[in-house]
Amino acid sequence: MGFFVLRALQRSRTPLSRLLSPQNPTFQSRWITSTTDLHKPEASAAAASEAPRPEIPPPRTPVGGARVHISSPEDAIEVFVDGYPVKIPKGMTVLQACEVAGVDIPRFCYHSRLSIAGNCRMCLVEVEKSPKPVASCAMPALPGMKIKTNTPVAKKAREGVMEFLLMNHPLDCPICDQGGECDLQDQSMAFGSDRGRFTEMKRSVVDKNLGPLVKTVMTRCIQCTRCVRFATEVAGVQDLGMLGRGSGEEIGTYVEKLMTSELSGNVIDICPVGALTSKPFAFKARNWEMKGTETIDVTDAVGSNIRVDSRGPEVMRVVPRLNEDINEEWISDKTRFFYDGLKRQRLNDPMIRGPDGRFKSVSWRDALAVVAEVMHQVKPEEIVGIAGQLSDAESMIALKDFLNKMGSNNVLCEGNGIHPHADLRSNFLLNTNIGGLERADVFLLVGSQPRIEAPMVNARIRKTVRATHAKVAYIGPPTDLNYDHQHLGEGPQTLLEIAEGRHPFCSTLLSAKNPAIIIGAGIFERNDRDAIFAAVETIAKHSKAIRPDWNGFNVLLLNAAQAAALDLGLIPESKNCIGSAKFLYLMGADDVNLEGVSNDAFVLYQGHHGDRSVYRANIIFPSSAFTEKEGTYENTEGCAQQTVPAVPTVGDARDDWKIVRALSEVAGSCLPYDSLAAIRARIRAVAPNLLSTDEREPATVSADVKPEFQYNMSMSGFKSAVENFYMTDSISRASKIMAQCSASLLKK
Amino acid sequence: MIASTGRLVGRRLSEIRHIFRQSPIVGSSNAPRRFSTALNYHIDSPDNNPDMPWEFSEANKERAKEILSHYPSNYKQSAVIPLLDLAQQQHGGWLPVSAMNAVAKVIEVAPIRVYEVATFYSMFNRTNVGKYHLLVCGTTPCMIRGSRGIEEALLKHLGVKRNEVTKDGMFSVGEMECMGCCVNAPMITVADYSKGSEGYTYNYYEDVTPERVVDIVEMLKRGETPPVGTQNKLRIRGGPEGGNTTLLGEPKPPQCRDLDAC
Repeated sequence: MGFFVLRALQRSRTPLSRLLSPQNPTFQSRWITSTTDLHKPEASAAAASEAPRPEIPPPRTPVGGARVHISSPEDAIEVFVDGYPVKIPKGMTVLQACEVAGVDIPRFCYHSRLSIAGNCRMCLVEVEKSPKPVASCAMPALPGMKIKTNTPVAKKAREGVMEFLLMNHPLDCPICDQGGECDLQDQSMAFGSDRGRFTEMKRSVVDKNLGPLVKTVMTRCIQCTRCVRFATEVAGVQDLGMLGRGSGEEIGTYVEKLMTSELSGNVIDICPVGALTSKPFAFKARNWEMKGTETIDVTDAVGSNIRVDSRGPEVMRVVPRLNEDINEEWISDKTRFFYDGLKRQRLNDPMIRGPDGRFKSVSWRDALAVVAEVMHQVKPEEIVGIAGQLSDAESMIALKDFLNKMGSNNVLCEGNGIHPHADLRSNFLLNTNIGGLERADVFLLVGSQPRIEAPMVNARIRKTVRATHAKVAYIGPPTDLNYDHQHLGEGPQTLLEIAEGRHPFCSTLLSAKNPAIIIGAGIFERNDRDAIFAAVETIAKHSKAIRPDWNGFNVLLLNAAQAAALDLGLIPESKNCIGSAKFLYLMGADDVNLEGVSNDAFVLYQGHHGDRSVYRANIIFPSSAFTEKEGTYENTEGCAQQTVPAVPTVGDARDDWKIVRALSEVAGSCLPYDSLAAIRARIRAVAPNLLSTDEREPATVSADVKPEFQYNMSMSGFKSAVENFYMTDSISRASKIMAQCSASLLKK
Repeated sequence: MIASTGRLVGRRLSEIRHIFRQSPIVGSSNAPRRFSTALNYHIDSPDNNPDMPWEFSEANKERAKEILSHYPSNYKQSAVIPLLDLAQQQHGGWLPVSAMNAVAKVIEVAPIRVYEVATFYSMFNRTNVGKYHLLVCGTTPCMIRGSRGIEEALLKHLGVKRNEVTKDGMFSVGEMECMGCCVNAPMITVADYSKGSEGYTYNYYEDVTPERVVDIVEMLKRGETPPVGTQNKLRIRGGPEGGNTTLLGEPKPPQCRDLDAC
């Protein structure tokens, strides 16, 4: 053995004596050396000033697009970060000043959207004339402060903090799901020491059961309390807390309790270590193996920005993308976890129901020919098209154009009711826009339960209520909104009282500066929707909710397709078209009531999931889901966004608009577009706002131009528009995770 | 040569570590690390579950109201510690989860905020204790003066383990950190829950010996009240044994100019 070593050493031509001499660094054991003389701020300042360096280093770009908004010049103060002067507004913390200056300060407990805890101590920096390193996340920046982030003191402080954090942290990165995207891993590589001095036993903590979504490995927890603050501040469920003290401290619920929040999945993202990870994603993939596709969510009308992480043909997980105007950096649990529905119950091939009532796979050619033949046999006005809640604008315009060409004008989108009004955009959009809700000081929710209809809008309202103590009043069935609210009543009776000024809440509404009235889209299904809208418009007029600088008249839609459908004019000609239909074209419509459809009607279901409508369908066209196609969706505030295909589609499925286009050709009334660009050119003619992607197109015409007339209002109370938050569309109904959620989180 | 030295050093280090690991810790089980409190989570049991009804007694409701009056009405949560203490006294020295829920209702916060406080402070007992809860100071001065022997004597006499209640429900022994009687170390505290929150006492017994603590336990068992304070008959409170040796006369007045002479 020694011989080989000797040979190897000789070959490397290094004199053995040099190798073995203590001066050689490779053979010295590396200990954590302490340069005590540099640990005093004066000394280190002196040491730093000795080093020759330019007066003012070149400016750096702010970290993570950090923005500074200085309202008036006297509010600005100047601080120096590593010698580089930055102007920041008063009240910013040292950490934020460093971000503006382009210095990324390591942190665990600090999160820009949560309150400041200051308990991880990772963000220590040196401040001149301060005797000790300063926790930058909790220290307000003062004028002329000289912040040093790169000095031996700061480095030593971080290294020390990191050593303490790793003391009780299991080094199980190889089996940890956070591995590869772990803040602790990254920061210990960047700022930590390469060894620790801890030789005692590590502690272990019992794992908690937070429900079917969040997996806990509490031994990995570093007690940053981000999850506690998130649950308390953003999600509004005060279930999590910090229990115990000292080294026995742990995060938990104390009593056995599931985290019953529709935003609980976000704790997975904010957890800087692997203590809270995704349960459905556990041990499925590593983050570097996946392809991220930046797309948008279609489970509700908010259009949260998401990234779909896929590996090969499989969607592995969904994570949020930052969009300050829509979802900030949160997404709802349904958005995050319904993706497993994309792999189940999928329709692969075109299928025709045989005489025995069973479906049989056929080729596209045959299926299209059958449908075209049937369509020519029925009267044009008996053809009805219904777009589903997940339909994109392209396929909806294709469907509308095709049926119009066939002579029918009965095209509608489910969720919009039987007689929707599409003339005034302000009558179906969230005119205040989601970000604008933060400026409101009084909310009136009319038949809308934003917590289950649009959790991201609810999070905004909650944020506003917490920040400005805005008042919330609610009319509708009893519900649990996670902020203080006044339950005024259950139905139109209360609405009338407010409209006529007889209700005690009127005084609050009248004294409000920026009142926001939010009408739930569940009202679209009521026959007296016009009367309710008229009452709400009266209230809006009295409370001055519609002004040139503020539009507080809002409709909160339920589905991703609704806004675009109304913009494209998917409005049926006759009110009971479904009952009289002989040919029903269901383009992903699963939530439409098919009981009234006559038995001899021919039902074509075109969709990606074998869901409710398939039971009635005579023929099935498989289409691709939102993760597999490029499509335009308009969210409830009127912002058009596009999905991007992340994975290939399954089986013989095709994009919706392509199927419609193919069918139109077989049926002999060919649509004049063959490509997505051509179909978008057609959309430009109908609703050009759908093409200005990621831009909010506000409604310009107000409700004032509406003709006045008398409506009858029924006094039956408002109903919940969403029965089960976790199962609202065909994808989430096919999802196993969502089924688990409904079973465990919704049980009373 | 270096390799063999390294090996030697390594072996020596592991030996040293081994010695430290094996160091006997009196009064504890074989757990490698000890924590100040019991479990940080709740396990349902017949006498401790959220469904158990629990309310402040009428007299204590008045006291709770009085405690709340010390704080501004929008900072009711500040009363969490005194109210938990009151609840503990009422419930025989410990806090079932339903008592914490009741406190949370009074101060209008989520229950978890109360659990956080109750788990943080070791003087809130979340498991059953005896009517007389004996707390032995385990901090350095008392430890040097033999607190481990005292705890051992108590545990042996009562036949229980630490934090365990005797069969008759009378006594339990726990450990407490410094209670500020270091000059009279070692010391124990007796929290007397036998008379409810009205007759609740919390007495210090200082300068105890293993024999004396057994006497104290026997006296408590007989229903007597042992004299509180130092148990060393030769000492008066914190004074030295056998009377003062210094400062015997009147202390000299401070040196300053004679104001009367002005």
